Amino acid sequence: MSNASQLDRRAAVAALLRDRKDTLVVSGLGSPTYDLHSVGDHDGNFYLWGAMGGAALIGLGLAQAQPGKRVLALTGDGEQLMGLGGLATIGVARPRNLDIVVIDNQHFGETGMQASHTGRGVDLTAIAVACGFAATATVRTLEEVQRLAVQIAAPADGPRLFVIKVLAENPPRSLPSRDAVFIKNRFRAHLGFAAA
Amino acid sequence: MHSPKPNPEIDWPSELYRILKAADVRQMSYVPDAGHSQLIRMFSADKDVTTNVLTTEEEGIAIAAGAWLGGQRSVLLMQSSGVGNCINMLSLSAIGRFPLLMLVTMRGEWAEFNPWQMPMSRATQPSLEAIGLKVMRAETAEDLVETVEAAAALAYDSDQQIAVLIGQRLIGKKKW
Repeated sequence: MSNASQLDRRAAVAALLRDRKDTLVVSGLGSPTYDLHSVGDHDGNFYLWGAMGGAALIGLGLAQAQPGKRVLALTGDGEQLMGLGGLATIGVARPRNLDIVVIDNQHFGETGMQASHTGRGVDLTAIAVACGFAATATVRTLEEVQRLAVQIAAPADGPRLFVIKVLAENPPRSLPSRDAVFIKNRFRAHLGFAAA
Repeated sequence: MHSPKPNPEIDWPSELYRILKAADVRQMSYVPDAGHSQLIRMFSADKDVTTNVLTTEEEGIAIAAGAWLGGQRSVLLMQSSGVGNCINMLSLSAIGRFPLLMLVTMRGEWAEFNPWQMPMSRATQPSLEAIGLKVMRAETAEDLVETVEAAAALAYDSDQQIAVLIGQRLIGKKKW
């Protein structure tokens, strides 16, 4: 299936996070982690290099622990497809400060660019609606991403899931630390918790 | 081999609730389970604890890591059959040295009626140990209460990843 978007993923993530303020961000393994790092390392970032399927759920635990902060789970279509059940769990938990943004290139980009389920007609926003999410949208242009960034900064009645359709490409990797203990302690220190 | 009888005088779910509250646990995730039903009810009625019902056990591993990032302690309740679902996600707790406390009721051992529970029952402890968890096990109510108290300290104070296995004899024979 042809890709329906010409949007560059790095430009999209840069536009999404340009004015992130104190938003906490968890990124799913693979390209979303590289995308997040490419727009600037940040103490409020927790990068995954594994734990596939878990990014949105780490976001849930974090959102529940920090109800006064906005939490963004930035992930890919493959990672979120693996965690479909988690969308039901998040829908039931109904956090008002958690947004999931899926950078959707409709392919499994890390493993040879095989077409993913979203490239074969599966609609993650429709699944999120069925799970009781408060808002969803699919965007395909930079202007729409810029409007999405404004929407994400505003309060919500419950969890939201947004899909950003992007070109299927692998831009040069931008690699954060792979030391999970370091990233964890840095993140907690950013929130004012002592390192272990 | 000495095998003490369970002590029906001890209300162990209430004791576990007391211990976990004393340990400042603020989040609880669970997959529905008869052995944990009383503990699930007590946490669900507690306005100071956020509870999440899961579609599959590994979701709770990720939630516990997120809770810790945000400064809260989380406990995860499941059956031994669910341990098999968790193995890859447990790499998150292991590599990130995230505190983790899982309370696992055993199936497939004492007076089990369902042979399909047997393979995962045999695999529960070795697979948890293979991915890097410390496994503790209790067969009596007294031992379970002490074990969970120690496990909570190990997990939350010493950044360890702990599974406490609750012997099926302690749960009682399932009526079929």
